[in-house]
Amino acid sequence: MRVRLRMAGGVAALAMAATGALADSEDPIVIPIHNWSSQIVMSHVVGQIFESMGNSVEYVSTDSQSVYESVRLGDVALEMEVWEGAFGASFRAALEKGGLHDAGDHDAVTREDWWYPMWTKDACPGLPDWEALNACAAAFATPETGESGRFLGGPVDWLKHDQERVDGLGMNFKVVNAGSAAALWAELGSAEKTKTPIVLFNWTPNFAEAVWPGEFVEFPEWVEGCDKDPAVGPNPDKTYDCGNPANGYLKKAAWDGMKDKWPDAYTMLTKISFTNPQIAEMAKLVDIDEMEPEEAAAHWLEDNGDVWKVWIN
Amino acid sequence: MSESALPLPSPAKPRLNPAWAILAVAVCLVLARPILPDALMRPAEILILPLADWINAFFTWLRDDLGLIHVTRAFADGIEWLLDVTANILYGKNRWPRLGPLPWSVVALTAACLGYWLGGRRLALLAGGTFVWIALMGQWTWAMETLSVIVVAAPFSVLMGLLMGIAAWRWHRVEAVMNPILNIAQSLPHFAYMIPVVVFIGVGPKAGAIVTIIFSVPPMIRMTLLGLRKVPPEVIESGKMCGSTGWQLMTRVRIPTARTEILVGVNQVIMQCLAMVVLASFIGMPGLGQKLLQLLQALKIGRSIEIGITIVLLAVTLDRCSKAWAERQPTHHEPGIGWGTRHRVLTTWAGLMVAGFALSALVPFFAEVGRGQSLSVADPLDAMMTWVIVTVDPVTQWLRWFLITWVLIPVRDALLWLPYTAVLALLAAAGFAVGGWRSALICLGFFGYIALTGWWDRAMITVYTVLVAVAVATSFGFPLGIWAARYETRAKRVLLLCDSLQTFPSFIYLIPVIMLFGVNDVAVVGAVVLFAAVPLIRYTIEGLRGVPEAMIEAADMSGATRAQCLRHVRLPLAFPTIMVGVNQSLMFSLFMVIIAAFIGTQDLGQEMQRALSSTDVGKGLVLGFAVAFIGLMADHLLNRMADSRRRALGL
Repeated sequence: MRVRLRMAGGVAALAMAATGALADSEDPIVIPIHNWSSQIVMSHVVGQIFESMGNSVEYVSTDSQSVYESVRLGDVALEMEVWEGAFGASFRAALEKGGLHDAGDHDAVTREDWWYPMWTKDACPGLPDWEALNACAAAFATPETGESGRFLGGPVDWLKHDQERVDGLGMNFKVVNAGSAAALWAELGSAEKTKTPIVLFNWTPNFAEAVWPGEFVEFPEWVEGCDKDPAVGPNPDKTYDCGNPANGYLKKAAWDGMKDKWPDAYTMLTKISFTNPQIAEMAKLVDIDEMEPEEAAAHWLEDNGDVWKVWIN
Repeated sequence: MSESALPLPSPAKPRLNPAWAILAVAVCLVLARPILPDALMRPAEILILPLADWINAFFTWLRDDLGLIHVTRAFADGIEWLLDVTANILYGKNRWPRLGPLPWSVVALTAACLGYWLGGRRLALLAGGTFVWIALMGQWTWAMETLSVIVVAAPFSVLMGLLMGIAAWRWHRVEAVMNPILNIAQSLPHFAYMIPVVVFIGVGPKAGAIVTIIFSVPPMIRMTLLGLRKVPPEVIESGKMCGSTGWQLMTRVRIPTARTEILVGVNQVIMQCLAMVVLASFIGMPGLGQKLLQLLQALKIGRSIEIGITIVLLAVTLDRCSKAWAERQPTHHEPGIGWGTRHRVLTTWAGLMVAGFALSALVPFFAEVGRGQSLSVADPLDAMMTWVIVTVDPVTQWLRWFLITWVLIPVRDALLWLPYTAVLALLAAAGFAVGGWRSALICLGFFGYIALTGWWDRAMITVYTVLVAVAVATSFGFPLGIWAARYETRAKRVLLLCDSLQTFPSFIYLIPVIMLFGVNDVAVVGAVVLFAAVPLIRYTIEGLRGVPEAMIEAADMSGATRAQCLRHVRLPLAFPTIMVGVNQSLMFSLFMVIIAAFIGTQDLGQEMQRALSSTDVGKGLVLGFAVAFIGLMADHLLNRMADSRRRALGL
């Protein structure tokens, strides 16, 4: 597969030279990868498309928050998954400092909120309604939270305002923050073995949907200003008395210098747009079908030629 | 009976010891807590220094105004060029010289030959077997990515350590400056280093290599210095008598004589490099560490344990090989023997190389183990994990409830309840008791810094976790050490287990402890305990086994029972060594507590993690120093205690 792509790349490069177009630099395009599968596979998909266009590509693993500093400085060329909720703050901070820009949205929408696996419904049948959840808070109690239920939040630096929401809606829950996504899955995996009810932070698109079927808790719907204006939302005195937006953006980010250094690759990048099912499929190839990311990417490209070939031209 | 073995303690002076006076102040502060003004409870706002801002301003100035970034980037580019060469040879990255990748069979044969040359058949089996395991488990590329960085970083560290060690030996002023820096560097949490590296070097293999070098240099410097110091003057004299120049004296006399210590330093460098494999992948080091984090993220425990085993095997192989190299003495052949006989291993290796390349050209399996051909033990491992978790669930549920309700929350609340002034007075009293005014001031200085940073509460939570973990570790590690020290073979087996536990990547422990105890302090303490117990067990065994035979015999002759002998002879004599173990145990716990932030803590580690993800150099270093100072203070107190004990024993 790789050989074939490389040959195709050679042909493309020749064709480009013949038409006299401004060719991309021969330096490798450095693509950052993080520690969750959909992002890794998507990065490899894009990397392999770049290779098929005649570019050379390298991957480097980085932290998903500090990566924006690297994009800004040009150490890496782009970032494929900028989640509104999780990385919006880091992205905006880097945007202000300058050096990177928004390279367009994916079709996919992201949602991040309180979530439970299906077996939890046995202990709390009124779900997904948040008031029903609150009524059976005792089922989620742990030694460290005492009488209150425990909500297992993501790492504190994801800035999710769960505590504010608990206060705003007057819920009988305490927020315990896990230190990493891996810690969330470890708890979830161990809860599954004993079918313990659990409510935790989760998001979509995510591999967890395929492993553990579940649902988001339905909070009062997000209204603009709910996070700033106490008057908005059911509680007139508090902010964050609502759920997270159910359709957050998923962006691509690019280094400012990319446009000039690899004009063709850059143009392609701006056209890329993946949908939720496509992203879920990429994650599934690795997490369920046990492929290596490069293989999964090659496999996906082979199966979805009609999706990505239009981006090249 | 103990009185006869040990010199009598000097009679107590009638004068009131100031330590008691300071302790009384501390007690008064605790008793007066309800009426204490706020300023004595927690450092007042105006006392807290904006250290992070100052450091950030300094670094911005260094980077942009002084242009240091150009220097560091140029240096990094040089490293990157080297990394590209090794990467090409080992796993075929598309860079100059475009020769690689080497077939796995060739690498495995080379490792086996090297093992044979250094330590005979058993080492050959270990070295060759490790690489066969890697290939068959389908981890070849990742392992080579890791090694491609280590084979650049380790020699670089050795060279730098050697040069800096010589400089410190040669000029006292250099040593005086270097010593405190090394002390802090060795107790600074890894993450604190990484943030400046990201700023000055960027991310990727080069950053991984540089962070590995920074982390592994200090032991090399120390061992070089130690080795050069120990060279006997007679050797130097004879060197001088032969008319050696200064350069010759260094390269031909001093360094060869200090060979053993220097090679122990090399061994330490290699071990430190492997310890960084997983952590360095946070800033872009490719290979096993990166893969491990990805697998853990997807909760594939079985497969991450496989990688953990690989890292342990690599560490054990490299450790044994470098130790064998350190102990190896030059061989002298009879004159007149042919080159081929003198270099038998080398010729065999050359022959095997030809065979290996030919074989891998003919049978692709010997060049690269394809997917689907590789083995895996992940499924049975996962099944075992599930079984264990389900079986012990009732026990862990109870343990979790008991520890949280009756131990952890009370201890934590008590520490947070204490006024900071009382804690400072308490530490000063402890310092005074072991080392007079100087120690009291040192303790006060280290914790005073923490008070000034404004991270007091978080530091107390770190202290609480470490204290509980070390206490739990002592409660079982100490008896286990005594038990293991009884027989030589048992001691060896337990020490091997300790070694493996220590080199096993710490991140893997985090997931099972969460699955057993959930995201809470029990899991954090559980993960830390594993690391804290290892040095305790090791030094207890080594201390007890190091007691001179004559002493034990003397005790036997005076009719001491086994228990008496242990209590009155062996333990007191082993005490200084055991204290070293406690000291190391505290250090290991501090490192692990920071990593346990990935479980979920509210301590300095959590803030450190935040600083790393927002590349906040100032905050990272401020927190790093806070952690380092907790460690250095404990180190100082325990060293003082062990020293005075040692003096009392006349050792």
